[in-house]
Amino acid sequence: MASIAEPIARLIAELNKLPGIGPKSAQRLTYHLLHMPDEEVKSLAEAIRSLKEKVELCSVCCNITDRNPCPICQDEQRDHSKLCVVERPSDIIPLERTGKFKGVYHVLHGTISPAQGIGPQELKVKELLYRLQDNSVAEVILATNPTIEGEATAMYLRQMIHPLGIHISRLARGLPFGSDLEYADDMTLGQALEGRQEF
Amino acid sequence: MAAPHVYQTQAIVVKQSKIGEADRIVTIYTPGFGKLQAIAKGACRPGSKLGGNVEPLTYSSMMLAKGRNLDIITQSQTIDAFPALRNDLWHMACALYTLDLVDSSTLENSENSPLFDLLLNTLRCLCQLQNDESVVRYFELHLLQHLGYRPQLRRCVNCDSRLNPVINFFSYRQGGILCPRCNQKEPTCRPLSVDALKVLRLWQGCDYPTASRVKIGRELSSELEQVMQGYMRCLLQREFKSTAWLQELKKKSLVDNCHRTN
Repeated sequence: MASIAEPIARLIAELNKLPGIGPKSAQRLTYHLLHMPDEEVKSLAEAIRSLKEKVELCSVCCNITDRNPCPICQDEQRDHSKLCVVERPSDIIPLERTGKFKGVYHVLHGTISPAQGIGPQELKVKELLYRLQDNSVAEVILATNPTIEGEATAMYLRQMIHPLGIHISRLARGLPFGSDLEYADDMTLGQALEGRQEF
Repeated sequence: MAAPHVYQTQAIVVKQSKIGEADRIVTIYTPGFGKLQAIAKGACRPGSKLGGNVEPLTYSSMMLAKGRNLDIITQSQTIDAFPALRNDLWHMACALYTLDLVDSSTLENSENSPLFDLLLNTLRCLCQLQNDESVVRYFELHLLQHLGYRPQLRRCVNCDSRLNPVINFFSYRQGGILCPRCNQKEPTCRPLSVDALKVLRLWQGCDYPTASRVKIGRELSSELEQVMQGYMRCLLQREFKSTAWLQELKKKSLVDNCHRTN
């Protein structure tokens, strides 16, 4: 890229590192930024810079936050005796959207994945167990995804938490709204039958 | 445009990773085509008809359409989801280990139908939730056999003499047993007890139901584990990440002792 000005080539190379952005998209975005008003470009640059500077992990729940402890952990109105364990920070958003859960969360930042060499040490399991030591938590809800890695993580956590005598529950599994019985897999349908409720 | 070429196959889902918004790249092992990578479009969406049918550790009947790079899974129907494995941490870890071995040791589009049968039978044996370590060892030994690395256990690989019932030596490099005399020339080999040699010989030539009748003590089980894993590390030139997970489960004693061979 000898014919391209160095700052442009550099930005193209940097944008190219982002997921889903190939060299052509990176080039298009770069030239788009070049023609954007100064204030907007500065605002974008500032937003990216502050993302790394101001955002940190909550010292209690390990969620990503700009205030430590995070607003959910600080909220006295919430039920701190119910702890919902999720895989990723983004999993909290749909759970909050349901409006049904008023407890607090713990983010693991991944799942146990033996084939990728991700074990419990790479996750925030130690922090979770430390949090459960003071007996303030009455119920742990394991809300890891119903995938093979999510199941492995949930089973591992169950075995680690069980000796502490805390009630452990797992999110129910069944048919999603708007789905079709014909296309449901055997595991889901079997669990939906097992977990059927009085109507 | 010509209609895409569509084909049907049975498959064991070995692993999957997310791509794009809601798609998955699924690695499957099939009897007729060996290992394949295919795309399951929209599989991450809650209402997806593929969803649970393309989860790892699922034996499915699939229909695939030829794609430009990767084939596309158009339909999938679970034949066996091995539900027993999903509720038992140790057996699930063993099953994931066998899938990891198959994934790491095979090439794409290289047909190996006996290996598919071996994998399927191993997963079914693991579902019985008993005597599992010998299932895994038996799998390792036969996996290597189906890949063309059957160890020579009857005669010395160096001098071709008959092996005496004494402590012999397993040479990973030469793929078989060295008698004590030949081992003096290659002292890096691993000693192998008479019992371990007998078990390996028996396993090499019999089916799993016969192999599982052998009662193996903890010490012998540990020796067989070290020998097989050392041999695989030497042949495949890599450490298996899932082995670390198995070791950790053992170390933490999270697994009920009755789950292991005693």
